[in-house]
Amino acid sequence: MISQEEATLETNLKSKESKESNRSFKFFEDNDINWIATILLLIGSLAILFPLYLAINVALKSPQQLAQSILAFPKELHWENFTKAMELTHYFRSFKNSSLVTIPTVVITLLTNSMVAYAIARNLDKKFFKFLYYYFIAALFIPFPIIMLPIVKEMSFLGLDNRLGLTILYIVYGLSMNIFIYISYIKSLPGSLEEAAIIDGASTWQIFWKIIFPLLKPINATIAILTALWAWNDFMLPLIMLNDRKLMTLPLVQYVFQSQFSTNYNLAFASYLLALAPMILVYIFAQKWIISGVMKGSVKG
Amino acid sequence: MTIPALVLFFTFHTLPALTGILYSFTDWKGYGTWDFVGFKNYINLFKDSRALDSYIFTFKFAVIATILVNIISLLIAMGLNAKIKFKTALRAIYFTPYILSILVVGYIFNYIFTFFLPDIAQTLGINTLTKSILGNPDLAWIGVVILAVWQSCGFNTLLYLSGLQTIPDNLYEAASIDGAGRWRQFTNITFPLISPFFTINMVLAMKGFLMVFDHVMALTSGGPGRATESISLLIYRGGFAGGEFAYQTANAVIYFIVILVVSVFQIKVLQKREVEL
Repeated sequence: MISQEEATLETNLKSKESKESNRSFKFFEDNDINWIATILLLIGSLAILFPLYLAINVALKSPQQLAQSILAFPKELHWENFTKAMELTHYFRSFKNSSLVTIPTVVITLLTNSMVAYAIARNLDKKFFKFLYYYFIAALFIPFPIIMLPIVKEMSFLGLDNRLGLTILYIVYGLSMNIFIYISYIKSLPGSLEEAAIIDGASTWQIFWKIIFPLLKPINATIAILTALWAWNDFMLPLIMLNDRKLMTLPLVQYVFQSQFSTNYNLAFASYLLALAPMILVYIFAQKWIISGVMKGSVKG
Repeated sequence: MTIPALVLFFTFHTLPALTGILYSFTDWKGYGTWDFVGFKNYINLFKDSRALDSYIFTFKFAVIATILVNIISLLIAMGLNAKIKFKTALRAIYFTPYILSILVVGYIFNYIFTFFLPDIAQTLGINTLTKSILGNPDLAWIGVVILAVWQSCGFNTLLYLSGLQTIPDNLYEAASIDGAGRWRQFTNITFPLISPFFTINMVLAMKGFLMVFDHVMALTSGGPGRATESISLLIYRGGFAGGEFAYQTANAVIYFIVILVVSVFQIKVLQKREVEL
């Protein structure tokens, strides 16, 4: 906090100086820019970027190069670490598994959870829906470990210890939080549009898909992002649910292969980077959209 | 549409939770026959030093990580909310850890703690750090805290940032005309106005950290010894591999009550403070 105070003081001084000087520095021309905050944040961001730099660095080296120095940039790049890691861990198979769980989870979550939330939000005066609302919200307070042991028995009994079962669980377990976010958003939508549609003879089904669902677009984005991040990165559910190696998701594969990587850190890091890469790629292209989506969810929720 | 949702939710969420509670009163090992044993599991849990240790570790970790995450996130958010250069890029960088798998990032940190830091410490001549902190029963939890803070600051920063953006600029202008310094502005304007976000952040962070699992799996697997065995990890291990299915579901029930009490307590205390300010 003190540094903040100093920060503004110094920026004020700096801005005065730059006003007085002949404005030769085009870069410093904008008097309002808080340079100290910028510099502090830039330094802080190194703490975020450093582990990622290190990971890339290690993944591109040979074991001999690594033994010489961890930090130094690799002299020759060993791209073959990546191809070896892909072969060893069956990268494309686990990539497919993660996708086949995440994509259906996100699509079905959006289509079903929004509908349930709409039904509850517009009927909260009725006892049954009020009960449903509190029932789903109450589940937010139940920690997963209490369900963890019985659900594994239940799912293997039902023959659902596979990708389909995993998808079902993500859709169902996301319901509580999603309904919470959806309902607070739906409440802010005016009811007049729906009333007009009812007078025109539209059914509830039509009203939902033609009027409400398009209006939910911004919050759908939020739900889609949060659900995708969760389903893609989750480790615990796949760990307890999947026994078949052929079905394992990306994070789970990293765990299973720990012993096989043993001390070949270059290979291990290539594999880690491959596991992180899909999310990083999506993030680079959709970064603004993802961040604003998460922020919207936090204001509503 | 609500009926199928209700049925599915009951089948995959409430039903296992209820069977869990039922099993907690039995002696089931996860296989074979079982009998009701009343409150025996619960009574034994209170005498179980392994369970107690896991609660101590989890709480120590959760409290410290929650405090650190909230302080650091608020600082970053205030920085990002100031008039700075490269705003979008910086915001994107600080949020990056949140999109990455905790387990995989954990393996990268594992390497940093095991090889990189001791390497650096050796060159700098800091003797206490030349051995991996993850191998030291007294220090390993700090490694878990560092990973947790690194990973979750991004999300909390965003929450604080959306709180800060709700504060109109003219409040600060008025305050500085009245001669209020930066610190007074923070304690009298910023903090009171974002206190709902502070409540949410504290509750969410605490609840999340009490469930810590991935971090520990990647860094220490609960070790050295059982120094960093979290409650979730203990339930997972004992329940699936240790033949303590019923015993660990009883543990999970206690865990549920603990989390509930902590959450309600936090919300009560923090909201009361909100009103007072």
